[in-house]
Parts: sequence; C-alpha cells; structure tokens
Amino acid sequence: MSAENLVYTLNVNGTNREVKDSWVGESLLYVLRERLDLPGSKGACEQGECGSCTVLLDGDAVCSCLVMAATAVDSSITTVEGLISDTVMGETARTVSDVQAAFVTEGAVQCGFCTPGLIVAVHHLLDKNPSPNDIEVKEAISGNICRCTGYGRIFAAVNAVIESRGKNQQ
Amino acid sequence: MTVTVATNLADALAALRATPEARLLQGGTDTMVEINFNHYKPEHIVALRKVEELRSYSIQEDKSQIFIGSGVPYQTLENDPFLTLLPALAQASRTVGSPQIRAAGSLGGNLGTCSPAGDGLPVLSALDAIIHLRSVDDGRDVLIHDFMTGVKRNSRKPDEIITGVTVPILNGFQGYSKVGVRNAMVISVASACFVVDKAKTQVRLALGAVGPTIIRCRDTEQWLSEQVDVAASDFSNKIAKEFGRRAALEARPIDDHRSTAEYRRHAISVLAERLLLKANS
Repeated sequence: MSAENLVYTLNVNGTNREVKDSWVGESLLYVLRERLDLPGSKGACEQGECGSCTVLLDGDAVCSCLVMAATAVDSSITTVEGLISDTVMGETARTVSDVQAAFVTEGAVQCGFCTPGLIVAVHHLLDKNPSPNDIEVKEAISGNICRCTGYGRIFAAVNAVIESRGKNQQ
Repeated sequence: MTVTVATNLADALAALRATPEARLLQGGTDTMVEINFNHYKPEHIVALRKVEELRSYSIQEDKSQIFIGSGVPYQTLENDPFLTLLPALAQASRTVGSPQIRAAGSLGGNLGTCSPAGDGLPVLSALDAIIHLRSVDDGRDVLIHDFMTGVKRNSRKPDEIITGVTVPILNGFQGYSKVGVRNAMVISVASACFVVDKAKTQVRLALGAVGPTIIRCRDTEQWLSEQVDVAASDFSNKIAKEFGRRAALEARPIDDHRSTAEYRRHAISVLAERLLLKANS
C-alpha cells in the first residue's frame, strides 16, 4: 500500500475492520483503542515491559504496543473483547469467559489496569497447556506486571480455571 | 509513505531495492519503542514477519551445523532442538524480555539493531556464526565478527536483508549468563557466553553490553588453552578466578543509565568465572 494516509483492513475478533486515514507509525494498540473502539487493551509503558496491551496475533500473545498496525493485515487479531465465548462451563450466553469469571470470583482484580492483558495471557497459556504447574503459570504471566495484587489472587484465579476446565473434561 | 508486508523473500528484496532507505521491520520490538517515544518517524517500512523463508531452520544431515532463519522467534529458539544442540543459544533466548517479546523477537532483529546488549549476539560471536545476507541480485556470507561494526552499526548494505545465520553444533560445554537489575524482563547490564569446542580443543568467550559491540576475549581464550587441556574441561577454582580477572580486563564498559563501567567490569569477572566452573562435570 502507498499513500500519505494509509487505508487497510484488520481482522479483529473474527471481523474485518477498515482503518482509514492512519499514520504509518501507529501501533496496533493505538488503532484498536482510538480507531476501532476496542478500549479493552490498555496502554501503559508503550515499550513492551508491562503486558497490559497483550493481544493474540496469529495465535501468539504479543504486546500490541510493539506491533505496527499497518503490518498486521492478513493476520488474525484477538483482543480481550474477543475472548467472550458463547458457551462457558456448559451454560450459554455468558457475557464473560471462564478466566474473566474466575478473576472476579477470586478477587484477582484491584485497580484493573493490568487485568485485560493478564486475561489474554492466561487464555493463551491454558489453551496451549490445560494443566500447567505453578512455575509454568508464573512464566506465562511474567510479561504482565501487576502492582496491586501481589499476584496471589491471580494465581488462585488461574488455578480455579484449571480445576473447572479439568472437571469439564472428565 | 509506504508499507510493504512481504510474504516471500523475493517481494521483500524487491521492495527494499525500490526504497533502500526503508526500515526493515522484523518483530518490531525495537522500532516500535523508537516510534512510540517519538525518537523515529517512519517513512518507508518493509515488514518481514510474514516472510516464510525467514521463519524456518534446518539441521544439516550430519548434525555439524544449523541454519536458523533470521525471523525464527526466540520462543522457538529457547526450546528443543536448540536446547539440546545449541544450549547457549537456548539459554540466551530464554532471558530475552517476556513471553510476549520472545514471540516477536528474533536473531535477525538482534543483528539488524546490533545493540551491544542484544542477548543473541554474544552466543553468535562465541560460535563464530556466519551471517547470510541477500539482495535482489546478490548474496554474501559474513563472519559475525565482521558483521558487527559498532554501537547499533553493522555491515548490512541498504538493499540487503539478513536471511539467517549458520552456527556449528559443537561437542563440549556451552553456557550464557547475564546480569540485569532483576530476574525477568530485563535488558543486560553485562552478559557472557562461554563455549568449549572439544574437537578443535578451543574455548571461546564473548561478552555483551560491555563495549561498543560484542567483545571476543581472544587473549583470555589463548591464555586458558595454554594453562589446561580445555577438552578435558577440568578447571580449578584458581584458574577460574584468573580467567574471570582476565576477561574483565578485555571488557570495555561505559557508565550509562543501566549501570556503571566499574560494576560491569566486576560483573564480567564473576560471570566468566562462574561459566568456567559450570563447564566442569
């Protein structure tokens, strides 16, 4: 593509979304929040250190602040808004995913700024590895910084999901 | 203003030939920080993340060497077969940033940026890696030591793309250690890669983040091989201490926002000593 202002299409949460009048240097985080009305991903450090902007890009958990939006064409992008599933734990029409529900139930949210990134990172982990050990959980969220909870309740939430998904398997 | 999202090497090379001033974008973990902080205004971008040829690796049949495409992410390099065949590379890869960064970052990006703190670079230096470069009508191979020319400087020509590296599979200990301000998600304050090549009865030590580019400690390597039979890998505490002291003398650290020259030099002496002792067994 070649233009003063870029026009391109991103596939976000299964839907093609057109981005107009975009500047080449805009990050995926900026485009999601400011142009596509998806403010779930949070911007904090803007240098890949905090993980609050984590999204799935072609199945990998990445920092959306470090993805040039115009280069994410022909890729599959999933944001925290796209994690809501139609059926959760056998029930239909839930408005949150099992991971989100567990974060609420276990009180894994304080200020909430890191929460969307953590939710995406935990989904990514548990979809790849349904029964991670404590070290694997810690490593999987080592790129997501939370300054409120001390992580104890976050681990409790992850363990609750592991347990409930395990039971559903049986 | 142009953005080319290439899906094969030929298209990427053609786009770069058309706009040699374009910034090559691999994982974006360096360039996007520059852009987000207003240190760099992109004009032309050639994005390489979708170029399949750059994202594969191949082990030579006789298991003597591995070709690693420049876009293979660190999350691949930290696991097998690299963990078994190139343990120092796997260790270095595992210390890069966070899982999110390791999903995006690659050796090609490390080489392109050529920061002295790039975690993959001391390993490539210690392994005497060959860097493969391609342009539309030419290709050349450059030894890593000739590729890295200074702080964030390398010998890549404007119309060339780093396609990958070739590194030998060695018999002998290899390890990578680094010091940072904490245990995860950290840029190196000082780093070292130590490799024993039993077949050639050589040792190699490369230092990161303590000079304008990666430093190979040739004097220290030479000294050690004169002291002991390096293939036996039985190093005394006294030898290790002296090895560390000599390595620190070859470092050329500076004071900056991450650390001081004095601390970096001390860290190198400790890292080199520990790596040598780890090679025992």
